[in-house]
Amino acid sequence: MSWLVALPVGLIGFVGLLAASRAVDTGIYAHGFVFFIAAVLAGFFAIRKNEEITREWQASKTSQEPVYNDAIIKVGVIASTFWGVVGFVVGLVIALQLAYPALNFDLPWTNFGRLRPLHTSAVIFAFGGTVLLTTSFHVVQRTCRARLAGLWAPWFVFWGYQLFIVLAATGYIFGITQSKEYAEPEWYVDLWLTIVWVVYLLVFLGTLMRRKEPHIYVANWFYLAFIVTIAMLHIVNNLAMPVSIFGAKSYQLFSGVQDALTQWWYGHNAVGFFLTAGFLGIMYYYVPKQAERPVYSYRLSIVHFWALIFLYIWAGPHHLHYTALPDWAQTLGMTFSIMLWMPSWGGMINGLMTLSGAWDKLRTDPILRMMVLSVAFYGMSTFEGPLMSIKAVNSLSHYTDWTIGHVHSGALGWVGFVSFGALYFLAPVVWKRQRLYSLRLVSLHFWISTLGIVLYVAAMWVSGILQGLMWRAYDSLGFLEYSFAETVEAMHPFYLIRALGGGLFVLGSLIMAYNIWRTARGDIRQEAPYGVPSVAGA
Amino acid sequence: MTYETVSSFAQSWGLVYLVILFAGALVYALWPGAQKKFDDAAHIPFKEDR
Repeated sequence: MSWLVALPVGLIGFVGLLAASRAVDTGIYAHGFVFFIAAVLAGFFAIRKNEEITREWQASKTSQEPVYNDAIIKVGVIASTFWGVVGFVVGLVIALQLAYPALNFDLPWTNFGRLRPLHTSAVIFAFGGTVLLTTSFHVVQRTCRARLAGLWAPWFVFWGYQLFIVLAATGYIFGITQSKEYAEPEWYVDLWLTIVWVVYLLVFLGTLMRRKEPHIYVANWFYLAFIVTIAMLHIVNNLAMPVSIFGAKSYQLFSGVQDALTQWWYGHNAVGFFLTAGFLGIMYYYVPKQAERPVYSYRLSIVHFWALIFLYIWAGPHHLHYTALPDWAQTLGMTFSIMLWMPSWGGMINGLMTLSGAWDKLRTDPILRMMVLSVAFYGMSTFEGPLMSIKAVNSLSHYTDWTIGHVHSGALGWVGFVSFGALYFLAPVVWKRQRLYSLRLVSLHFWISTLGIVLYVAAMWVSGILQGLMWRAYDSLGFLEYSFAETVEAMHPFYLIRALGGGLFVLGSLIMAYNIWRTARGDIRQEAPYGVPSVAGA
Repeated sequence: MTYETVSSFAQSWGLVYLVILFAGALVYALWPGAQKKFDDAAHIPFKEDR
């Protein structure tokens, strides 16, 4: 093992201990130790894996055929499944807290205000982010026919990102936040993520540069756009000055409406480039692979890519309708959001039409069914989003549960299902099994989770519109018809339906975890295969 | 350099620059002679078994 590994690991441990010893608040005290423990674990990992990793690296240099780094993808599949279950369970907990406030337990650590960012970060960054890391490492190797660049760098990216997740999650519980939505972690965690992300970009670019394939396949363009844009968004939105170098608290560079606009420029493009561009990379590789046919139109995929890139970046101001933001900026955000209909639906059509001539596969392949439903949800939520960005609609929908419903049709339907599809595809690949443990269980997962999403989204539509209409109801004398508490009370039945839908989605993810675990063990379930007509009825 | 100079530059030359860039991407994607190249590209995922 070289100094290239020992030096940074030692440095991280040293900085962690130093920060803990000089800490001015408990947050840095605890996180200093987290850094130190992470460095110790990294040291053990490097010593244990040194021989294996170096051996494979040497083999890849002499081999004519590419020797892929699949070990990292294996860990990625496990971590993605784990974070998925954790994130969904925390979501269920906060859904129940909204229905039954007693479940806050009157403790600061279990308060809705702290658990809500824990949920959003766990599903977006822990689950979604790990899925993106894992699939991007798989796709870039296969489509470039080259080994992942770097000996230790990919492992640093993977485990460094997991450390970021642990720092963010524990920080929320202990009350450390800079109060920016989807960017809650404080300055030192942001700096850590920046380092990890730059190495991620270098690993990805390095692999692209070593490609044996002259053309860079379109999925990699989407992944690259995701990596580059997230770097830009993350740095600009987190420009802040810490109060003390050994303290967690910092102050934003921007203030007032500039801060709000920067935040939603970041926030909406986190949706556009993290939850859309990145997962479109998954769609453009795994849907053709699972359907065993090339993408419907490669030309459309290029137009889809560039149109999405050019339009998305301007849509953020629609989060700030009827605020202090200048009117022209609000209208600009709305206009660009509506124009996004075109690339979004172009991409959806491209994904769905990949199955043209092979629609019968939906009957026999539940994994493909999952992916196709996910693309359909991509279409539905990218139709709903622009609709909600129209100022007149937004005046009804904003601050209501309709927004929550919209987000979850995209997050559970599109991001969730396309990720599940990719994980089901990857499990037999990385453990070198003939097939998944059970396709019938995939089908069960599909139906239970779909039912969960439908219950969730429908409940939030009804409660959101009800809420919006109650807020704007006036009596004949011009007084508000309902007090705020009355609108809260009216939400209760819908919160119960939502929690039921979320519960079903959790159940589905547990079925997936079981299926992947049995696949890893090498078991194959005895079950009626798909596509063979049953003889019982004859 | 005032706010007005920056914004008028962005609203004129910035717009021209982005429109030309996007038009270039469209020309690249729709170029008639590129059909074979894109057909080959669409098959890249199938060159490896898994």
